[in-house]
Amino acid sequence: MTMVNLKINDMPVSVPEGSTILEAAQALGIKIPTLCHCKMDCLGVEHKAGSCRICVVELANRPTLAPSCCTPVAEGMVVKTNSQRAISARRTVLGLLLSNHPKDCLVCAMNQQCDLQRLAHEFDMHEVKYPGAQTEFPIDVSSGAIRRDMNKCVMCRRCETACNVVQTVGVLSGINRGFEATVGPEELKPLIETSCTFCGQCVVSCPVGALTEISYKDDVWREINDPSKHVVVQTAPSVRVALGEEFGLPAGSVTTGKMVAALRRLGFAKVFDTDFSADLTIMEEGTELINRIKTGKNLPLLTSCCPGWVNFFEHQFPDLLHMPSTAKSPQQMFGSIAKSYYAEKVGVAPKDMVVVSIMPCLAKKYEAARPEFEHNGVRDVDYVLSTRELASMIKEAGVMFNALKDEEYDNPLGESTGAAVIFGASGGVLEAALRTANDILSGKDIKEIDFVDIRGLEGIKEATVKVGGMDLRVAVCSGLGNARKLLTKIRKGEADYHAIEIMACPGGCINGGGQPYTGSNISILEKRKNAVYQVDKVMPIRKSHQNPSIAKLYKDYLGEPGSQLAHKLLHTHYFAR
Amino acid sequence: MTITSLSELEALKARIDQNVSDKVKILMSLGTCGLAAGGSKVFDAINESIAGQGLEDCYEAVPVGCMGLCYCEPTIELRDNSGKSIIYGNVSAEQIPAILKAGLSGAPAGTTEVERTWYCPEDEANTHKALQARIALRNTGRINPELIEDYIQRGGYLALGKALSSMKPAEVSQLVLDANLRGRGGAGFPTGRKWQFAAAQPKGKKYMICNADEGDPGAFMDRAVLEGDPHAVLEAMAIGGYAIGSDTGIIYIRAEYPLAITRLRIAIDQARAMGFLGKNIFNSGFDFDIELKYGAGAFVCGEETALIHSVEGKRGEPTVKPPFPAVQGLWKHPTIVNNVETYANVAAIIRKGAAWFKTVGTAGSPGTKVFALAGKVNHVGLVEVPMGTTLRDIIYGLGGGISKDRNFKAVQTGGPSGGCITKKDLDTPIDFETLKAIGSMMGSGGMIVMDEDDCMVNIARFFLEFTCDESCGKCTPCRIGNHRLYEMLTDICHGKGTPETLAELRNLAQVIKDTALCGLGQTSPNPVLSTLSSFADEYEAHVKEKRCPAGVCERLVRFTINEKCVGCGICARNCPATAITGATKKRHVIDQDKCIKCGVCFDKCKFKAIDKQ
Repeated sequence: MTMVNLKINDMPVSVPEGSTILEAAQALGIKIPTLCHCKMDCLGVEHKAGSCRICVVELANRPTLAPSCCTPVAEGMVVKTNSQRAISARRTVLGLLLSNHPKDCLVCAMNQQCDLQRLAHEFDMHEVKYPGAQTEFPIDVSSGAIRRDMNKCVMCRRCETACNVVQTVGVLSGINRGFEATVGPEELKPLIETSCTFCGQCVVSCPVGALTEISYKDDVWREINDPSKHVVVQTAPSVRVALGEEFGLPAGSVTTGKMVAALRRLGFAKVFDTDFSADLTIMEEGTELINRIKTGKNLPLLTSCCPGWVNFFEHQFPDLLHMPSTAKSPQQMFGSIAKSYYAEKVGVAPKDMVVVSIMPCLAKKYEAARPEFEHNGVRDVDYVLSTRELASMIKEAGVMFNALKDEEYDNPLGESTGAAVIFGASGGVLEAALRTANDILSGKDIKEIDFVDIRGLEGIKEATVKVGGMDLRVAVCSGLGNARKLLTKIRKGEADYHAIEIMACPGGCINGGGQPYTGSNISILEKRKNAVYQVDKVMPIRKSHQNPSIAKLYKDYLGEPGSQLAHKLLHTHYFAR
Repeated sequence: MTITSLSELEALKARIDQNVSDKVKILMSLGTCGLAAGGSKVFDAINESIAGQGLEDCYEAVPVGCMGLCYCEPTIELRDNSGKSIIYGNVSAEQIPAILKAGLSGAPAGTTEVERTWYCPEDEANTHKALQARIALRNTGRINPELIEDYIQRGGYLALGKALSSMKPAEVSQLVLDANLRGRGGAGFPTGRKWQFAAAQPKGKKYMICNADEGDPGAFMDRAVLEGDPHAVLEAMAIGGYAIGSDTGIIYIRAEYPLAITRLRIAIDQARAMGFLGKNIFNSGFDFDIELKYGAGAFVCGEETALIHSVEGKRGEPTVKPPFPAVQGLWKHPTIVNNVETYANVAAIIRKGAAWFKTVGTAGSPGTKVFALAGKVNHVGLVEVPMGTTLRDIIYGLGGGISKDRNFKAVQTGGPSGGCITKKDLDTPIDFETLKAIGSMMGSGGMIVMDEDDCMVNIARFFLEFTCDESCGKCTPCRIGNHRLYEMLTDICHGKGTPETLAELRNLAQVIKDTALCGLGQTSPNPVLSTLSSFADEYEAHVKEKRCPAGVCERLVRFTINEKCVGCGICARNCPATAITGATKKRHVIDQDKCIKCGVCFDKCKFKAIDKQ
């Protein structure tokens, strides 16, 4: 490795060729403030637009100040990071950003989590210097999932990198000129009219409050306090390994019991688990996989749990609509079963039952609102809250989360297996399906159930696995950019797989758009992932088909997987968009 | 007919030379400007008159590109093979029969003869001490741009032939470097050095781009070249392609130049047909072809990285350099972006050599520069002068002085990126360095002359309004900073400025210059900074006295009634704001709080009793 020698603030430093001034300064323990720059490790890219100009430094022999985040070091370079000229320029630039930013920090969703606010604090800004016009863009809440308030945008363009480079969705781009320049869909259309998948990676990338989730907390509070309503809640697999972070617990803390207890304190009538319906998904999807393998038709089977991914293939691959499993996602299966089987059981009319989901995801908000998931005016799922919104409700209710004693889920929709909890990490859905398929095809209770080749944060994982004596070619893919690569191969006939799991968010639901903000710190993702598999490991039952409540559901109500009633309640169809 | 060797081209040129008729040519300026001035009607009249008077053996009408005499379009030039010529300005169809009758013997009464102020260093001596030396514009206004034979007759494609048959690619770059041809698009970077960077990149796909996205307000030299001499650009791009190892040229041209596009298309087809573009040019094994890409009219796309993004179909906004386009440009391949005028110099340099080129211009900036002379001068137009010519020679010599006999106040060079130059620098010989030293820049060559009736604060505001409109909005200083500068200038022009506004104006302008991402942003505060330093008194008058010395800033104008008032009352009767009061036959007064500065009193008063300040 060629090393480059330079001096920063009179201190010599040697860094590998190709390093930036920012990195060289870090090597010396010198912090240069940044705003637009972001090592988006959780998305596998580095964003360095060089557009905010907060990180400018002074270089000998350069007439203008240099953006340290994207200026490569050169031999003999002489850098001043803290000269009067550099500091004063940074203050002026920050002052400009503040001059066109709403001062509603107290009521902003990103209050105390905002990079601009942090900078203003670090720079000790006491006044906003430039009075004058402020941009006035309408706030877009058309999607029901993502709120876009471009008046707060600082044009860092991280959302564009997430949308275009990582997810290859291509909805967001720079638009307009000069002072009116902003980021948005073409012609600043409402998001709902675009091919947005609502994966929410733009939201987690946004350093300010320009992109946030649309919150349904108030609606849920209202429903909980309506005595005529029976309000049940379901919790997605990955929420339990991330929620603790919002309460200062270390990343990877498993807080299932505390979460259940907290939900009861909030006033939900029953606390159920999406893991239950994840097991149910495996029964339906696994059966479908076995049938497709037996008939050799419509292969590969693509998983359909992830609503961001469903939106993506409906928009981008409408010619491949026969490939995804017709099984509804666990969230929607839960809603169907709650408002049929469970409602009958407890004698509550479906219209008086409210199903709330706690999801790591923003696309789930959109999914729950899809027209096909409503029957006779009753929605399968009524409200979807993100992990962050749940944390906020718990705080608002004054529940001391960390002091709560663990509690158990209610039954019957609260029982689940290890196969269900791993839905929360990339590879888990397929692993769960393989565990069940292996047993069913072989007719045995197979003990080797850890498919480690398809675990991990890599974007595309491929493996050939022995299932029921057959060699199955499978792939696991997370991140829509990776999905596009794989799907393009399939479309061209260059790949032959039996089954592929696809999740919209890189790494799976542990990195969902509704999860606590990670600051793109990938070690947090690693810990969440490890926690998911840790939970699986200690579960007494680790195969979906062995879940007793699921067996009872089929025996008492659905008949068998793929039955007519199962199809009516648990399967869906897709639309070319 | 395909030309496969330099000797074939020379033979073709000899045949064309031989066939040149003895007829007097009537060159009619038919660029966009000439057409807009009604030139096609005049051209029809010329043809009708030749036929009607049976003068087919005496005259040949030739449509040519812009002659640069915008102030007196339509223009025609009568010219014989010996070089004897008469140029007429403001020609009407009615004058044509008399002009034809007179021929080269002299201008008939009632016509306007225009002095020829240029020579072409490549093929004539400056015998009449002309101020203009035309290298880039040598053919513009001289040849029919739609006939490749006309271009060949003027030595066209000989440079390409010479380069391909007798020079190594590295020698071509070196020759351009030795000539010290500097980029005419703005910054003046040595073109040969740029080519060497791209040539040094590993073999593979490389691009030669011509930046024809001319966008400075009032600059139109690139359009003149493209409309008047398109082959000069094609030939130079092919030469550059050979030098760097590129087989693809792209002309990025603004869609608002339809005539230039048409003529480029014709020229490209002709060049392909004769083998000057395409495969195995001059049988040398070198392939090169050119395509056109249309710009949608964004000023920032003149910045090379923004231009490249636009060609790629992306939003036209700049990215941080390095990597420089010569290393990683279009589709991540090494890419050269040169401006039209730069290319227009290349063939002459190859034909005549570096030493010859350096005989024109200054030591640091050899050659010539084309300026678009506009604003308050008598002779608005396009001029090409050797580097080192003084502003006085350009404005008073070629420009014919300040219009309406007003006094010169300042000249803005470099468009919205440049600065205002005042009287004290009128005699500075201008080139890339000296312009920078006096607080302006060459830019693409716009030159806007201002007189004493122009308010410099308002001028700075005008240019800033342009940059605000044209900023891509990517970086903070340009997106928000320039808008804030504009707001401050507006405050000053509206009488709301304070001394603090002036201090903040200066500070913010300096920070924008220091921190903006691209050349557009870094130079956008120049009009503010240069007027602040040269016309501080005008700013102070606006801020402290709430007065606009030039009387331009409407809201600062003050109407008062002086002692000449006879008390006739006509002002008071006509004042729409009933701001004027006074007894009959007594001096009236204007209530400044009520006055709406409409100026009706000033216009109506017959006794010059109203003062406007």
